[in-house]
Amino acid sequence: MPVLYLTAMGLGLGSLVNRHAAPTRLGGVSYLVFLAPGLMAAAAMQSATMESTWPVMGGIKWTKTYHAMLATPLRVSDVLYGHVCWMALKVSLVSTIFLGVMAAFGAPRSPEVVLAVPVAVLTGLAYATPFAGFVATRQSDQPIIAIYRFLIIPMFLFSGTFFPVSQLPAAIRPLAYVTPLWHGVSLCRALSLGDATPAAALGHVAYLVALTVIGLAIARRTFASRLAA
Amino acid sequence: MSVDGDPPLIQARGLTKRFGGFVAVDGIDFDVHRGEAFGFLGSNGAGKTSTMRMIACMSPVSAGTLRVMGLDPATAGPRIRARLGLVPQDDTLDLELTVRDNLLVYGRYFDLPRKLIRQRTDQLLEFAQLTERANDKVDPLSGGLRRRLTIARSLISEPDLLLLDEPTTGLDPQARHLVWERLYRLKQQGVTLVLTTHYMDEAEQLCDRLVIMDKGRIAAEGSPRQLIDHHCTREVLELRFGPDDDHSALADKLDGVGSRVEVLPDRLLLYTANADAALAEATTRGLSPESWLVRRGTLEDVFLRLTGRSLAD
Repeated sequence: MPVLYLTAMGLGLGSLVNRHAAPTRLGGVSYLVFLAPGLMAAAAMQSATMESTWPVMGGIKWTKTYHAMLATPLRVSDVLYGHVCWMALKVSLVSTIFLGVMAAFGAPRSPEVVLAVPVAVLTGLAYATPFAGFVATRQSDQPIIAIYRFLIIPMFLFSGTFFPVSQLPAAIRPLAYVTPLWHGVSLCRALSLGDATPAAALGHVAYLVALTVIGLAIARRTFASRLAA
Repeated sequence: MSVDGDPPLIQARGLTKRFGGFVAVDGIDFDVHRGEAFGFLGSNGAGKTSTMRMIACMSPVSAGTLRVMGLDPATAGPRIRARLGLVPQDDTLDLELTVRDNLLVYGRYFDLPRKLIRQRTDQLLEFAQLTERANDKVDPLSGGLRRRLTIARSLISEPDLLLLDEPTTGLDPQARHLVWERLYRLKQQGVTLVLTTHYMDEAEQLCDRLVIMDKGRIAAEGSPRQLIDHHCTREVLELRFGPDDDHSALADKLDGVGSRVEVLPDRLLLYTANADAALAEATTRGLSPESWLVRRGTLEDVFLRLTGRSLAD
């Protein structure tokens, strides 16, 4: 996926963009350099969402693997934290591979880009924990499909991955700032370009951490009421 | 059976389970003794699975007391679960893993050392007759094989108490008999079995003692033999008539023959000590059934007597 996107969009589309856009629009860098770290954060969002929606429903209702675990000395919180750790691991793997591909394409402008991997993982977790908590209250996968249609895809397209949010109409720009993805994209991009400020970084990280923690608190409750009723 | 003075392995007094306003288990009392095979017999919705989940420390008790191996599930849930095995109604296996890996993963949930799990896996696969399929993925396996794997998995921690929720539902007759035979082996090895079922033959075959549950309450308790002797006659004469015949009127004609007549939508059941004699008497009184059969009294009859419905409802 990273190779395909970076080639098609980064190089293919990018050559068009570079030719016609003023150099300052993208912060003075080529489209590929602008795009790649945004894609990394977006890929983290996608893989985190994939792992925190269908497998959670499966564990509760379809293959019922959570129920198997709860017949052992494990508690509901063990099942939840264990699965969240797996989600984090999965996103780490995806992000690390993405970093490798980015580097192969020559996209990063700073060694700080290595820190983009934990930031991407945090971005993923900010989606994973609330989604897991939500899915645990549902009876079918229809709400999961709605999540993709009405949340993930719009965020993917409009949260700064493909173009700066400054391009968005002022009225709807705040919507972008609220999304975890915008925070992840902004910080990953800043690290890749080497112009991250400590204040901004702290702000983005704090927002993502807060969402993760709140999501986890919600998930603890919904898992308990669904699985240990 | 248990030694006198040995405290019961499971003890319930006034055990209740509520889901919001709905009462699934309505203040039941029962004891399960070490080494016995104990059954909860009832139709779907009777409260058997809810009771099982409370014993398995997977569902909190709403009211009453429950002690499993002397411990309170509310405070010692993980400790109790470490010493019991559960065979749930839905297999809950990891479909993408192999047979062997399912046992490994489950064993690790009990924090057993890998070497020990490997040893026990070989023994358990042998016990469940799954050795040849050890490295196959679970997804393509049949229902009977999956159930045997679930049973093997439940034994990985060598539990003293094995809980089985509808262990042979959905299995073909051959698979059912294999499962019963394996469970009987376990019982001989001293494992205490507690099972729920809506199959009367399963209850009669496996259980030393059982309770009949209906609508969250216990309707009767005893060994299969005791229950049949107490609530049913030795033999039953089944009479089948045409669909247009008035069964109630026919039942009235049989007044005095045998101890009781049960009117079902499709046949009459005549409870008596001697069914052949009853059949002769019925013919004398002018009844001409389309077909008839003579059989012994079963737990199905006990259930019908106590609840007015058949087990299959």
